[in-house]
Amino acid sequence: MNNLLIMPVIIPLIVGMVLIIFHKNIVLQRALSLFALFLSGFIAFVMMNQVREKGIQTLQLGGWEAPFGISFVGDMFSVLLVLTTCIVSSCCLIFAFRSIGEKNEKLYFYPLFLFLIVGVNGSFLTGDLFNLYVFFEVFLLASYVLITLGGGKKQLRESLKYVFINIVSSAFFLIGVAYLYSITGTLNLAHLSFRIAEAGQDGLITTIALLFLIVFSLKAGLLLFFWLPGSYSVPPTAIAAIFAALLTKVGIYSIFRMFTLVFYHEPQITHLMIGILAAVTMLLGAAGATGYMDVRKILTYNVVISVGFIVAGLVTMTEAGITGSIYYLIHDMIIKALVFLIGGTIILITGTSDLREMSGLIRRHPQLGWIFFIGTLSMVGIPPLSGFLGKVFITQGTFETGYYWLGGIGLLASIFILLSMIKLFMNAFWGETILSEDEEKGSIRGLLFPIALLLVVSLALGIGAEGIQAYIAQATEQLLNPSLYIEAVLK
Amino acid sequence: MEIVIAIVIGILVTIGTYLLLSRQLLRIVFGSSLISHAVNLLIITSGGLKKGNAPLLGEGKIGFTDALPQALILTAIVINFAVTAFVLVLSYRSFKANGTDDMEKLRGNEHE
Repeated sequence: MNNLLIMPVIIPLIVGMVLIIFHKNIVLQRALSLFALFLSGFIAFVMMNQVREKGIQTLQLGGWEAPFGISFVGDMFSVLLVLTTCIVSSCCLIFAFRSIGEKNEKLYFYPLFLFLIVGVNGSFLTGDLFNLYVFFEVFLLASYVLITLGGGKKQLRESLKYVFINIVSSAFFLIGVAYLYSITGTLNLAHLSFRIAEAGQDGLITTIALLFLIVFSLKAGLLLFFWLPGSYSVPPTAIAAIFAALLTKVGIYSIFRMFTLVFYHEPQITHLMIGILAAVTMLLGAAGATGYMDVRKILTYNVVISVGFIVAGLVTMTEAGITGSIYYLIHDMIIKALVFLIGGTIILITGTSDLREMSGLIRRHPQLGWIFFIGTLSMVGIPPLSGFLGKVFITQGTFETGYYWLGGIGLLASIFILLSMIKLFMNAFWGETILSEDEEKGSIRGLLFPIALLLVVSLALGIGAEGIQAYIAQATEQLLNPSLYIEAVLK
Repeated sequence: MEIVIAIVIGILVTIGTYLLLSRQLLRIVFGSSLISHAVNLLIITSGGLKKGNAPLLGEGKIGFTDALPQALILTAIVINFAVTAFVLVLSYRSFKANGTDDMEKLRGNEHE
């Protein structure tokens, strides 16, 4: 029993509800929401060290012992993700102070932002399948509103598609829950894992596993990413960045959780399927990222590529592959927020998202340009930046297990990431400076700070990899040994 | 009894899918709502539709009905209700802003 586990969910929830009352008081809203995120981050940090010393932490809500009540489970993987979520969301929030506009700030932006974090943190920490569905709905509802914030024509149009797709996928999620319950008679993840290991994963359960794969692929943008470029390019920058950094990652987390803890008995069917989906996703994402000449489209397709690449590590089910995936997942949450914030800043300065109409920003904004360049190198995986280790380990994992095609496509996709990002860099930052100071559409005063903060975190993750190696190794060990998770929950 | 409910669920999903695939916004909202109802029925059926006693200890009876699916659909219904209410408002706002409720015309194009 460890009461700290519920804190990253409850703190933003309570603060968010209080802020609804004070929605006119902008200063109070800013201070309190930042405070809530810092506090959750601090608690996640404490939890990380507790898990390091004492193993997986659990909390049985209301004192109902598992499998009868709802369990919260903090293993190293989820705690690391909660910590990263708090860091990334704090940076996006600071960016929003200057960029979101006073009108939106009074329209409940801060409470909604906090509810989004509630849903994301809750999804990472819950140990119950139905509770996972509930937390999915919490952050989805917050995201439905955030995506329409401001109420532009385009936003309303794209949000309709986003909402309907997510309603259908939620229905599929519930169908999966119902089927799984009727077969196993439980919804506690540890208990599910125990029962399926005992009775064997037969054809029916494998079918349900594939149903869950469809549901989570829709959320993660694994192959089923047709909704993603449209809906991630319409909201204000700070919101688009938090979507790109967190929402697809919750889907990826769920795929990892389900397919390492519950449905790991038939890897030749389910994991091979995931591998094929990952390969196709990377190829299609690469095509999109290199084909478009639009800042937001290029960045959203880069989100798609990284989804495929992270999931490729899961396919191997080896120590190297999973370690690589965890590294790359954390790296990607930080770096995607970083490049989306920079992309939004570029659009703010030039007033357009078309690459052909911008040029030479580096003369007036050297810091922005070079931060973007370092971010690009990190995404491609140049040592010692943070993308490097993830790429090495995932590639090593795929080659060790004979998935040469998957590792090869992963490396090929890296080249396309480089191509698309350098295209963006050359067009936006190099060349003749066509905008003088007065012609710029917006001021970037105060926007560089959160961007630089994210860069520092990303650099620390890359250069200080030695320091967090022990934590990631423990996360890998816990993911690869479901018995550790089961013992911690059902003991 | 389960078979009858299964057929009902099938019919609901069929109608829901047909409505989801149509072009008018309001029909799509109804379609998504119908599918959610079908899923709720599926959950209650997944626990088995037996006649039993209330699942209360101390009554000294045997043959309890399974209480968990009922708790699940209670939650699912509430969420579905909130989402449907939100989607109705969103559709109305979108109709006001874009001047159409035809999804074909809400496709959007590259340059605007």
